[in-house]
Amino acid sequence: MISDRVRFALIWTALVGVLAVPIAAAATSPLLAWRDPIYILAGFAGIVGMALLLVQPLLIGGLLPGLSGPPGRRVHRWIGGILVAAVLIHVGALWITSPPDVVDALLLVSPTPFSVWGVIAMWAVFAAALLAALRKRLRLRPRRWRLGHAALAVVTVLGTVAHALLIDGTMETLSKVMLCVLVLAATGKIVAGLKV
Amino acid sequence: MSFVPFTRRTLLATGGAAIATGTTGLLVPARAQTLAPTPSMRGGSNNYRPGAPIVERIGGGGFWMSGTVRRAGDGAPLEGQRIQIWAHTTEGHERDPQSHGATLTDANGEFRLEMPQIVPAFGQAHGHLAYDDEAFETVFLRPVMSSASDTSLTADFVLQPA
Repeated sequence: MISDRVRFALIWTALVGVLAVPIAAAATSPLLAWRDPIYILAGFAGIVGMALLLVQPLLIGGLLPGLSGPPGRRVHRWIGGILVAAVLIHVGALWITSPPDVVDALLLVSPTPFSVWGVIAMWAVFAAALLAALRKRLRLRPRRWRLGHAALAVVTVLGTVAHALLIDGTMETLSKVMLCVLVLAATGKIVAGLKV
Repeated sequence: MSFVPFTRRTLLATGGAAIATGTTGLLVPARAQTLAPTPSMRGGSNNYRPGAPIVERIGGGGFWMSGTVRRAGDGAPLEGQRIQIWAHTTEGHERDPQSHGATLTDANGEFRLEMPQIVPAFGQAHGHLAYDDEAFETVFLRPVMSSASDTSLTADFVLQPA
């Protein structure tokens, strides 16, 4: 039987590693040499956003030692805000890099199939965040609110994973697939155990 | 003299085959070829720069963009047509002026312009080409490379007289 302290250290080390590896791998991409800083920022905001999608279900499921229950939900709300900011930076910096490509994507007429997935995920995460921000004012029954928020979170995750997997970009393939699988698994585990 | 048996069976088989061939559209009357014009591709005009200069080569080169320009209908090669080419390369973003250059087709309607290596941007390694002069309808193309390590890309234009 491993002690709580060892378990704490193992889980947090694993999480930090799992989040750091895809970001570090992307930082070595040869494509970066041919990109302006604003385009590099756009890419990394996207990668950080996807990494945060792994943290969110772990927090809400109370799976991170030291952050279960109310503290976990509080951090979940903070990370949700950072996630929305990451998406805004991602889209805004891509807009500066190539306005017509982003306009095409937002109008759903882009020639690239992955951009529509990204736009779907973007609206879903905005809606999930809005639902969270208006939780008290909406006065929905807790079960109904939870179902709505979780459904939007699932659309966000599926859209993001499809978006990321179809892109030939700075992310290294193996670490990208690994992060996608972990995000899907964590989301699936929490949604499966949801009381709705 | 040899006797050719012409039975009901051969009649049905030959007649049936003729009708089947006819309905598939494989039998067409002899006429001038009607080559359909190339439609513009989605996103083809993104970051286009009207009036980009005709150049010997874009930047340092190393990558070849080539293709043909023909007239819709009869497919005649079109000489002296100006094609603008641009892409995200090792030397600049799509929107950068130095990433753009134009070239003219030869007597065979062919063009070929050397440019820096195209690298993946906005999720795909792709190039852009434009025909945008008076004589024919404007066409914007956006071919995608099958592999980011390719060192050439082709795109063909069939232009509709304006």
